[in-house]
This record gives sequence, C-alpha cells and structure tokens, in this order.
Amino acid sequence: MAQNLTLNIDGKAHSITVDDPKMPLLYALRDELGFSNPRFGCGLGQCGACTVHVDGQAVRSCTIAVSLVANRKITTLAGLGTPEKPHPLQTAWIAEQVNQCGYCINGWIMTGAELLARNPHPTEEEVRDALSDLICRCGTHNAAVKAVMRAAEKA
Amino acid sequence: MLELELNQLSRRAFLTTAGALVVAIASPAEFLSAATPDSAAAAGVRPGKLSSYISIERDGSVVAYYGKIDGGQGLETSVAQLVADEIDVPWERVRVVLGDTGQCVNMGGSTAGNGLRQGGIILRQTAAEARRLLIQMAGDKLGIAPADLTVTDGVVHSVSDPAKRISYAELIGGRPLDAPVEFHGEAQQLTVKVQAPLKKPEQFKVIGKSYPRRDMPGKVFGTLQQVADVKLPNMAHARMVRPPVAGAVPVTVDEKSIADIPGTQVVWIKDFLGVVAEREWNAVRAAKQLKVTWSESKANFPGHEKLFDHIRNAPVVARSGDRNVRAVGASQERTNGSAEDAFKSAAVVLEGEYEYPTMSHASMGPACAVADVRGDSATVYTSTQKPFDCQLGIAELLDLPPEKVRAIWMFGTGGYARDAQGDATADAAILSRQLKRPVRVQYMRHESLAWDPKGTASVSRNRVGLDAQGNVVAYENITKSFSMEDCNTRERHPQDTLAGMALGHPLTWRAAYGTPGNAYQFENAHWGWELIAPLMDRSSPLRTTHIRDPFGPPLMFGSEAFIDEIAVHLKTDPIQFRLKYIKRDREHDLFAAAAKQYGWDTRPSPRNNQQGNIAVGRGFAYRTLGGTFIALIAEVRVHRDTGVIEIPRVVVAHDCGLIVNPETIKHVVDRQIIWQTSRTMHEEVQFDDKMVHSVDWLTYPVLKMPGVPRSVEVVTINRPDQPTSGAAEMACGPLPAALSNAVFDATGVRLRRVPFTPERVKAALARGPERVVKAAL
Repeated sequence: MAQNLTLNIDGKAHSITVDDPKMPLLYALRDELGFSNPRFGCGLGQCGACTVHVDGQAVRSCTIAVSLVANRKITTLAGLGTPEKPHPLQTAWIAEQVNQCGYCINGWIMTGAELLARNPHPTEEEVRDALSDLICRCGTHNAAVKAVMRAAEKA
Repeated sequence: MLELELNQLSRRAFLTTAGALVVAIASPAEFLSAATPDSAAAAGVRPGKLSSYISIERDGSVVAYYGKIDGGQGLETSVAQLVADEIDVPWERVRVVLGDTGQCVNMGGSTAGNGLRQGGIILRQTAAEARRLLIQMAGDKLGIAPADLTVTDGVVHSVSDPAKRISYAELIGGRPLDAPVEFHGEAQQLTVKVQAPLKKPEQFKVIGKSYPRRDMPGKVFGTLQQVADVKLPNMAHARMVRPPVAGAVPVTVDEKSIADIPGTQVVWIKDFLGVVAEREWNAVRAAKQLKVTWSESKANFPGHEKLFDHIRNAPVVARSGDRNVRAVGASQERTNGSAEDAFKSAAVVLEGEYEYPTMSHASMGPACAVADVRGDSATVYTSTQKPFDCQLGIAELLDLPPEKVRAIWMFGTGGYARDAQGDATADAAILSRQLKRPVRVQYMRHESLAWDPKGTASVSRNRVGLDAQGNVVAYENITKSFSMEDCNTRERHPQDTLAGMALGHPLTWRAAYGTPGNAYQFENAHWGWELIAPLMDRSSPLRTTHIRDPFGPPLMFGSEAFIDEIAVHLKTDPIQFRLKYIKRDREHDLFAAAAKQYGWDTRPSPRNNQQGNIAVGRGFAYRTLGGTFIALIAEVRVHRDTGVIEIPRVVVAHDCGLIVNPETIKHVVDRQIIWQTSRTMHEEVQFDDKMVHSVDWLTYPVLKMPGVPRSVEVVTINRPDQPTSGAAEMACGPLPAALSNAVFDATGVRLRRVPFTPERVKAALARGPERVVKAAL
C-alpha cells in the first residue's frame, strides 16, 4: 500500500511516496531522492557502507525501514561537511590520503564522526574499537585510525 | 512476458542530441565535464595520432587520454605528474580522461600493475613529443630556432630573450595536435616511439613529488560520480535471478507471483532470468519473490573440504612446457640445467606441499552497470577493469560492430582484477536491448560472492636436492591447479560473462597458469605447472579467473615457504640462505633495507626458548616481478590456547624503479599488505557438491580491525636510473609465506594451508613438528 512520508535529510524536508513501508531507508535516499553517498554494500547491515546518522546515531540505512525514520533528523556524508565547510574528519581523511577505491568511505567517516561527537578525544584503542565492525576491502584500516586520531587532536 | 509485452512498457521521451554522449545524472557536473574536453580529441581516436593521447584546451591546459583505469591506486594523479613534467605545464593544469572507449586509445585497461609502466610511459612519451612539436610551431611563428626555445608553465619562450614568447593556448588551444605517432602492438602490448627524448631525472620538477590524490576530495565529500550513481532518463532498475544450485536452469517462471509489486516485469531469455522495475526496491523485492521452478542439477563439485584431494587426484589435462598447450601470459615454465638428473646426485632430498584455497574477489560493492542500447548502438557505463575488452564483448553479445558500442569506465568499487563488473555490464546490455530503455543492474551481496569468477585453488609441490655440503643441486616447484582462465580476464567474448553463457555460449577454457616470481640462481631447477579440467562447462559459481596478483600468493605461498624449510634444514638464517642464490645488487640492497628496518638478528628458525602461551616469531619472504623487487618481514604472536595469530609488524622493502609519487607508493603498499592479510588469515570460498555457500560477510569472513597488522612499515628504494615498474599488486605475493615462516619461527610448526584460521593453527600445534627430510634416492 503506497504511503506518503516526510524525511528530514541534511536539514531539508523531502516528501516521498513509498510502495512498501518496509523499504530500507537506503533505497529512499539513493534511488528516490538522489543522495548517493550512502552506498549499497551488503543490504544486511554487515559492512557499514550505507551508514547515515539518525538523530546523531550511526545507523545502517540498508536495514532500517524508511517508515521508522520519518520526521527524524537524518544526516548523510554530504550533510556532514562540504569542501567549503568540511567536517574535521573529512579534512583529516584527505590529509592522511586514506582511501584506495573509496567505496566504503561513507561508512568509516560517518561512524568515526559519531565517535568524535560523543568522545572528542578518544584513545587509539577506542578508535579501533569504534571502527571494528566496518569492512574495507582495500585495506585502509590503519590509515583510517590515523585520520580519526588526527581529527581528534585538532578538535 | 518476453518481447511483445515488454515493448508495451510506457516509455518517456529520451533526451537526444545527435552522436553526443547523452546523460542526465544526479550530479553530472564532474562527469560531463570529463566527458567533453573542448579540444575534442574524441573525433576519431587512433593509436597513430598524437591528438588521441594529448591535447591542448582553449585555455592552454592539457588533457591526457589514458586508455586504462584506476582501481583505487591514484593513477589519475601520477599520470598527470608524468605528463606535466614532460610538457612543462603545472600539474594542476593537466586533466586525465580515464577508460572511455570513445575518447581514449586502447591501452589494455588495468592489468598486472602496469598503470605507469605501460600506459603512463605512453602518455609521458607523447607529452614530450607534443612539447617538441609545440616548440617547433612556436619557432616558426616567432622566427627563432627551436634550440633557443624552452617552455615555462605552458609558454614557449626564447632562452636568450624571454620577452619573445607564445603560449600553448595561442599556438593550438582547442584544436587537435595533428601529428602522427609511431606505435606497435595493441592494448596492454601497445608501445609508441617518438622523436622527443624523455627528460632526465635531474630535470624533473613534478615527478618524484607527493602530489595529493585528485580523486580523494570527491570521495571524501561524496561528490565523485560513481557508476552506481548513474541515472539516465527512463532508466529501469534490474535484479538478476540466479539458480539456487549450479547448473540448474529455469523451467517455469510464474510472473503472477510478483503481480502485487508495482511496475515490475520479468525478462526470461533461454537461461537468462531477471526482473526489472521502475523503482529499485521493487526490483529487489520482485527478484526475491518471483516463483521459479528450476531444473534438476547433478553434483558438480567436490566440496571445499575435499577440493585439495580432488586437485591432487585429478588427471592433468595441460602442463607447462607442452607444445600443444596454448598458454598465455606469464605461463611459461622456467628451467635451469636439468633438475631431474641432478636430483639423482643429491645427498638429501626435501619435499614440501602447500595449499591455497578458492577465493572470491569479494568486492566492497557488488557489481553494478548501466546500459543504454538503442537499435544500432549501445553505451555502457561500467566499472570493469578492461573497458576496451568490455566494448568488444558487448558488441559481440548484441551483434553490433565494435565502433557502435561505447564503454565508459567510471569509478566504482575496487574489483581486484576480473570481478563481476563485466558480468553486470553484459546483463544490463541484454536487458536494455530487450526493454528498449536504459537499464541499471545492481548485483546483490550473495550474487557478488557466490557468482563472481573465482581465484583458483592450488596445491604447490616443492622438492630440493642438497649435496653433502648443503648446496642446492636440484630444485623443483610445480603448482597443480585449475586454469586461471575458465573465464577470460578480458571479457571480450560472450562466453566470458554469465549472460553470454546463460544465452548458450559454452565455457571456453584455455590453459593459463604461471610460475612464482623469484630469481634464485639454482643451477638445476624447474618451475612449472599442471592443470586439471574445470568442474563445469557452463555458468559456474566456481569458474576461474584472475584475482589481484594472480601469480603471486597462490604460487609463492608454497615456493617461499619451502625456501624457508630448506634454510631450517640447513640451520641457516633464511636471509643468509637466500643471499647465496641471488646475484643482483638491487636484490642485495633490498634485503639489507628490510633487515635494517626490522632490526633482523641473523639466526636460524625456529626461535629458541619460547615458553608460555604466546610464541613470537618473524618470517621473511622475497619476490620479484616485472622489474619490481619486494622483501617482506612479518612478525607474529601466536596464541597457543586460542590459535589466534596477532601481527604486530610487517616490514616491506620496495623497489619499483623510478618513483613517481612517493606517498602514493607507500599507501598503495600499506593497503595491499592489509588486503593480503585478509586473504591469508580469513578467506576461503565454501561450497558443497552443488553450490557455493559463501554468500555474505558471515559465511565469507574477511579481515576487520582487530586482526589488522598494527604497524606496516614501507621502505621505498628510489631508482631514478631505472624505468618505473609496478606497485599495485606485487607486495601481495610474498605475504602468506612470510606469515607461515613467522609462525614456524615462533612455534616450530609449519602452516601448509591458507587461510590460517585459529582452528588450523591449533590443529597444527597439536600435530607438532613434521619430518620433511627424505633419504637420498
């Protein structure tokens, strides 16, 4: 049954009609609304490539139903920072030249940003722990840790 | 279903302009600007025309047309450095167009880490040639002899009177560089010959500096358009429907079973089955919900547990050295003297066997492609590593002339050689032709793991004959495996894709294997291979192909672990043992650099006095390939109670000739070590007699943060006097052996099967040390 929903994404309200209220948020973002930064990696909540913030919490958008996040505050990578006004993690990611293919980057930055929001000066162990349930196939793990530590030092 | 009904799908109007690239995408600015340089070299790309490699824009900036791709190693940035230095414009003013068959000369796509060695050098040479011709043109205009002219930041001027000047933009901006280029070969064998000499290392201003990667901001801010983000007007979303077991084909398809999902449609042609929908999620739902009855299938596979027995026992259908085998690439056997005769004179013979499992590319993103087929032409948006071969394969699949197919490579997931991108592109092309509208195919996670072509499992057999003084008098290394090319790594024909095979093209097998890259100077030695028949003759989830460094880890795990076993037998330090059999200065320098960085103490393995639960050890391995030299030292902490191997340190000494971008090299090698750690410690495709069961990140576990080597130290050796070779995959090869050697050093126990899971480590520790010495014959 089609349903009308309002999604608050990166500070703007978007109205969509969904055929299936159980549709994962990821498909609303990518296909319906053109927010392409959350990426499809597994559809199972196992890799983190689709991560967004919902009311400040890192959430895997491939497994959360769109109807559950209507009217909540959704932030994507593009909403986290821009080239003109970058989030400290984005600046650090560039400074450390972290990525290879970059397909996973969204999940790592969004998860790292959630950590820094609740713990602005984490230890290296806390950073590794916060990033421990993410997958990166290119092997950028240590570089990502360095980038989060760098951003934390600047904070 | 099928054609009649599909044609009745409502179609919105296409945006069209004659002959031009027509795309309307979510955030098209970068992509469209990349597609249309104003110097328009696209008009008639030919390898014999300078304008097909280098052009000057109206504003005097330079465009380099790179007929390869970047799989995540920053080639766009490094190629721009090569071009900037040779043509004398600032690096920022060089743009690189990658992998578009409509704009670039075929340089073979990505292969064998040759992005700079081959494609880069071609653009470096043609940039130098362009500079030479531009100076000539300037000389004519200014009435000055070329010998008195030089170039600064894209402006040609007199050396004696710098006020006499003319810019590249004034000379030719926006018009093609109309000059011939002598070329030889094609694709990855393409080379060019030009009159202009290359600059000497002392003249470099840009080469050798760590310019930041150009693709990084776009990836970090999410503004870089990737293939999965392409949206064309009237584009449909598709999902493929795969059989539950290998070899099964659809017998009946119940379209009504998805009637409740809006805007969906079934496409069923022979054994090819997919669903399309207007909205992506509805395609996902429909693929899951569609009721299909499948044909019976027989048991085709031995199961992953019994795979190595199958490989050992199966008859050899091709071997290295056979004259009638049409072997490819690095497949030739290598021999020194006569190993067979020399074994007879040995005082002692040692033997060692090692097993490397089946692996999936297991890309971060499941394959995705968009195809737009319109009557007599087609455009595909693809992340394949070989867009020019993809172009040919799609043309043959659709029965179109190749020039009517344009493959536009775009950034996407790292694929690590021939993953499923080519398959998704072929699926999209078939669906688009059938539906007469653009179609986007996105594979699901299970499809990406279960149905991508696989890296081959192998058994490495090693033998050495020693004389009474401990000298190597005979050596043999034979890898027995499947061919690496059930599925050609260049998806140039329909049978190289799942779609092609589903439509009736049989699997076309060819013998392709190789020997491990190392250069030990044994007097009597034989490196070779033996191949067994493929497990199936059609679309198989275990069809084989290349995975990054295909001749590395599977072959070198055995060869470099066995070298360690010889050193152990001789009670010699493993570096000292190797040094006896290598000759080149570059190799000696390399070994010294690795040993120094690690703080290596010269002693034989295993390490003495290892009491307690945690045993610590270090292992060495060496590899050379295509002008790149790598020495690798891994340190491990083996937890005897749990079987867990921690990796506190990996040291890599790396010599790839002239270094173009020092930071990029370090990053590429660092990430590679972690990539190969995942493969060595975790990865193995699991299957029973009928189907692959590795379908997600739980059933195909990969490395996560806790198992990552804590410190990867990359020591680069720059050789400005040597050509740039490759760095994108060569450090993978020695890692499994280095880790196995380190575990032996720690525990006195040898790990012979990858991956080194805790269960296997515990089993090996319980088994204890083995006897590998065989009496003299």
